[in-house]
Amino acid sequence: MAFGRSSRVKQRPVEPVTLKILVAGGFGVGKTTAVGAVSEIRPLRTEERLSEAGRPVDDLAGVESKTTTTVAMDFGRITLREDLVLYLFGTPGQDRFWFLWDELAQGSLGAVVLADTRRLEDCFAAVDYFERRRIPFTVAVNTFEGSERFPTETVRAALDLDPEVPLLVCDARDRSSVRDVLVAVVEHALERAARAREPVAT
Amino acid sequence: MAGMSADSPRGTGPGSPDRTVDPQASRWYDADAGPVVRPYAMTRGRTSSASRHRLDLIALVVPEPAADDPGRDQTLAPEHVAIVELCSDRPQSIAELAADLDLPVGVVRVLVGDLVEDELVHVTRPVPPAELPDVNILREVINGLRAL
Ligand SMILES: Nc1nc2c(ncn2[C@@H]2O[C@H](COP(=O)(O)OP(=O)(O)OP(=O)(O)O)[C@@H](O)[C@H]2O)c(=O)[nH]1
Ligand SMILES: [Mg+2]
Repeated sequence: MAFGRSSRVKQRPVEPVTLKILVAGGFGVGKTTAVGAVSEIRPLRTEERLSEAGRPVDDLAGVESKTTTTVAMDFGRITLREDLVLYLFGTPGQDRFWFLWDELAQGSLGAVVLADTRRLEDCFAAVDYFERRRIPFTVAVNTFEGSERFPTETVRAALDLDPEVPLLVCDARDRSSVRDVLVAVVEHALERAARAREPVAT
Repeated sequence: MAGMSADSPRGTGPGSPDRTVDPQASRWYDADAGPVVRPYAMTRGRTSSASRHRLDLIALVVPEPAADDPGRDQTLAPEHVAIVELCSDRPQSIAELAADLDLPVGVVRVLVGDLVEDELVHVTRPVPPAELPDVNILREVINGLRAL
């Protein structure tokens, strides 16, 4: 190295604990909008370039081109405390990029599944995904103007949600509304964690 | 610098057309290289190798005191220097660096790996999946969110 280590005494920056929550859901359901509503930075885009080696062949069967595939993910940041930073990741929508979700989901605290009642089936895949991997999640029904307001119980039944999974109505454009959804995710994760710690009663 | 010499030089990769390649002109700092070739040329064709720890998107890059003046190290690419500089105010995640530098995540992982080897930065480990969920951390997150 060209330079020495004489400046060791300089105060070290705080090294925060970083956590992440995923925001999933169908195409155009408001994922980026929700991330932007609570993020302290404008939602950023990052690209994961998938090389031949990195991608499971099955997932891209039928794609004839050998060029690398680029998948965009957007994310935001909430500094909760100087030493605690939460990142939100909007998941890429296309089904064939499930394997990227695995990387995102790895170590995540929980997930939000955004749903639009006009096309509820768009979020089935995301609900399945988090259920199967036992990642705590909440469903948030994003209310677009002109969409019919169904009672949450109807939506819950249509999604065949486990009773413990919180279901909320939200406005993805509204900061406090999205914040409440995030609180619900983390509370749900906390309940689960606390239950896992308790010795089995009865 | 460590890590830069092991791999085969980048020349006629899949992305480069059939033309005579001047070895000087194909160096990673060549500003004329096309946008497709360039990020991987920058890492000399290396992708995040299996031997390296795969850096999480939310792993934070923290400069070491030795990185006070990264511009003085002539072996660093401008992108290496840019990473160190971006992290000097506050540690930045791999995802943020990729977005700020407009580079694919895989390229940023390689570049940060170089800086780690040179002990110019270190990288924080996010809470390992096995330790999640920690009840105390979850409570702190809830309190933090409520206070927003
Ligand atoms: N009326 C209304 N419009 C919304 C709401 N949320 C999002 N939108 C609009 O819906 C459109 C899509 O929102 P995005 O946030 O880009 O959706 P997305 O899920 O990120 O979309 P993709 O990444 O393309 O899948 C945008 O034009 C938003 O402005 C909402 O709650 N109400
Ligand atoms: Mg989006």
